[in-house]
Amino acid sequence: MAAAKIPKPEELIALRYEPPETPWMETPTVFRPGTWSYTGTPKSLATLGLPNSRAWQPTDEDWKLPENWKQIILEGMAERLEKYRSFRLFMDICVRCGACADKCHFYIGSGDPKNMPVLRAELLRSVYRRYFTQSGKRLGRLVGARDLTIDVLKEWFYYFYQCTECRRCSVFCPYGIDQAEITMMGRELLNLVGCNINWVTEPMANCFRTGNHLGIQPGGVKDMLEFLADDVADRTGVKVDVPLNRKGAEILVVVPSGDYFADPGTYTCMGYLMLLHEIGLDFTFSTYASEGGNFGLFTSHEMIKRLNAKIYAEAKRLGVKWILGGECGHMWRVINQYMDTMNGPADFLEEPVSPITGTRFDNSRSTKMVHIAEFTADLIRNGKLKLDPSRNDAYRVTFHDSCNPARAMGLFEEPRYIINNVCNHFHEMAEDTIREKTLCCGSGAGLGNEENEEMRMRGGMPRAMAVKQVKEKYGVNRLACMCAIDRAALTALMDYWVPGVAVVGVHELLANALVMKGEKERTTDLRGEPLGGMAVDEAL
Amino acid sequence: MKNLGISLFAIAVLVTVSVGATSAGWSGLLTIVIPYAALAVFLIGFVTRVFRWTKSPVPFRIPATCGQQASLPWIRRNPLDCPSSLAGVIGRMFMEVFLFRSLFRNTEMEIAGQRPVYGSAKWLWFFGLLFHWSLLIIVVRHLRFFLEPIAAWVNTLAAIDGFFEIGSPTLYLTDAALLAGLTFLFFRRAVAPRLRYISLVTDYFALLLIMGVATTGLLMRHFFPADLLAVKNLALGWVTFAPTIPKGVGPVFSIHLLFVCALLAWFPFSKLMHMGGVFLSPTRNLANDNRMNRHVNPWNAPVKVHTYEEYEDEFRDKMKLAGLPLEKE
Repeated sequence: MAAAKIPKPEELIALRYEPPETPWMETPTVFRPGTWSYTGTPKSLATLGLPNSRAWQPTDEDWKLPENWKQIILEGMAERLEKYRSFRLFMDICVRCGACADKCHFYIGSGDPKNMPVLRAELLRSVYRRYFTQSGKRLGRLVGARDLTIDVLKEWFYYFYQCTECRRCSVFCPYGIDQAEITMMGRELLNLVGCNINWVTEPMANCFRTGNHLGIQPGGVKDMLEFLADDVADRTGVKVDVPLNRKGAEILVVVPSGDYFADPGTYTCMGYLMLLHEIGLDFTFSTYASEGGNFGLFTSHEMIKRLNAKIYAEAKRLGVKWILGGECGHMWRVINQYMDTMNGPADFLEEPVSPITGTRFDNSRSTKMVHIAEFTADLIRNGKLKLDPSRNDAYRVTFHDSCNPARAMGLFEEPRYIINNVCNHFHEMAEDTIREKTLCCGSGAGLGNEENEEMRMRGGMPRAMAVKQVKEKYGVNRLACMCAIDRAALTALMDYWVPGVAVVGVHELLANALVMKGEKERTTDLRGEPLGGMAVDEAL
Repeated sequence: MKNLGISLFAIAVLVTVSVGATSAGWSGLLTIVIPYAALAVFLIGFVTRVFRWTKSPVPFRIPATCGQQASLPWIRRNPLDCPSSLAGVIGRMFMEVFLFRSLFRNTEMEIAGQRPVYGSAKWLWFFGLLFHWSLLIIVVRHLRFFLEPIAAWVNTLAAIDGFFEIGSPTLYLTDAALLAGLTFLFFRRAVAPRLRYISLVTDYFALLLIMGVATTGLLMRHFFPADLLAVKNLALGWVTFAPTIPKGVGPVFSIHLLFVCALLAWFPFSKLMHMGGVFLSPTRNLANDNRMNRHVNPWNAPVKVHTYEEYEDEFRDKMKLAGLPLEKE
């Protein structure tokens, strides 16, 4: 199947927000090309032992569900209502005030009312009422209850894979109802009957077997990192080490595999290598735990745990003291909100202390994993890095807060502190589009595939337009972020909506400015582009 | 509009029942049996619902962080929107419950010049807050019917509420504010296309029912005065479990009372339970201190993982070839 042709930006921005004539329960779901993702392949499902593996696509009339699919879903709901207070509560207390409605990037970009978080939740809530509340059992439609039918299941599939679990709606909800939680439950239920998407299941299967989402085998990880080390030597004249699976190292470094696999993440990875070399950190990467990201988050809590288990297991095997994590979005939601609970306690590790500055990272004393932005900000604060921000003078930089570090961690100032120390031209986007109100790239939670491109461009539109504004106002030509999915997704998004803005990692910017011992005179940035004011002129 | 129509019909049924029961001489049913039954349903229903929520554990600590985390000591943290301590959580919950902190963030998006812009939209917050606070004060003011002697603070509250002494009897500010809030919420729901699209019968019913309670209350106070002594005797009768059927409290009072009973009885089965639920929301009432203090999941069970041994077994030759260290040669 070829990817659907996507409309031009000016066609796509022509949006209508008037709801359809028919009530939402009577409005059928249409699987329009460009707005949904291909399904999980039997091979991936078999590797993971997930149920009902088969060949099918959502446009098929027959989804080849198990005969008792309805019973499986309803029993799955009952089980989850007992296990998650969030689920039961969020099913019960929504008053439909509509504050969340226009906060969702997919609603803003599509105008489809079922992309309003409140209605996306009602897709599931209506079934909850019908089977789990007295009033719903007795009064049905009158109290917003409806039967679970195959059409309802199809609707769930379409819309729960049109939510990036970004939590923006939850910030505005007076009861903190979190659509991410509801989408996670919806996806768990769909997975019980084998309804999932390949862009999630294949990375999971890869990660389970090879240690990373991209399925890179041990030798490949080594080759790629060494290739990046060669590039560093080429740009800086400094030979950096790439320690792998080394027992007795002080610190295990875990980064998202996107960082060493593909541009522009590779430049961020080069940044890590240069930084870690320059400060002389005693560290190692691992091929077994060669992935910080965790697509289990987009499937089920069980899958999160299964994939995440590697990190502590490897830290224990290698005998490190603590763990340092790279720039990634949902990886940090998992580490901050799930890892210790699921796979801890990490009592075999020590409370993280920076060997360079002596700073004790008290905020990660239990989980024992430090975010590289926290680590680097501390280095800069203590004057341990020699920086020449003028090397980034060709860049006018803005910063995109990735959803998860923003709304599931609260990491706002650390990256800004770094950027302000390594760049002379930093411009924030509009207030309602950054920090806790940041807008999603539109491709998170496993939706960053080609066949779903129209929906990605729609969902990313609000973010892109905020970038466009600072581009026009300040000549911004670099969009910095701290997320591997962002680095891939925002690149495509900028090409579509705001050509001329390239996506960079924070540690790429840092490495450009980092004055290394024994370096040759730098004439280019990490991308091999000449240092100087060229790029700014181009953008203006 | 169908959903609104059904709600209006339900309200009309309640009025008819009240008027019918009064004229049929079933005052005992209206003033004694139904109030006790409604209160019982409310109390048992409310407690049961909250109990069911608390019975489901909170397996993961999942606060939505709306401000800077606590990290390095020199980075200014936001203790209220991203609390890392119990005090911070209490502060956040206080702001949420009493000031509607999250709703205060509300914005309204519109496409202007081919680009979404986010305008300030505090009206929902303002009228929502006005409505809820007024309702609370009005409920508290009603204690004067249930207490003898009336506690001084209840009288003080009523005096403040009627401070401007507009009209006779004095118009309570909260009565006007309640109606203003309800009117805003109702028209917003009935007129804004997006809100109308998501509204259920029960959403309109909740507003109409509370409007009914307020309107009949105001009618009694300002236009069709009820026999306050009779009402007070009835209320004291309820609380002392010795109720007597009052004589001549009037049809408006009967409707008012039945509306209140309907509200009480319906409450635990409706979205109005957000009153209890708001305290339990795991995205708000937990500290963002996951990496400091381990959160325990009571049902955390082992899962099937892919161990390093299995990994090395599969890739041993390739790892050896790449010069990577091995556990087993």
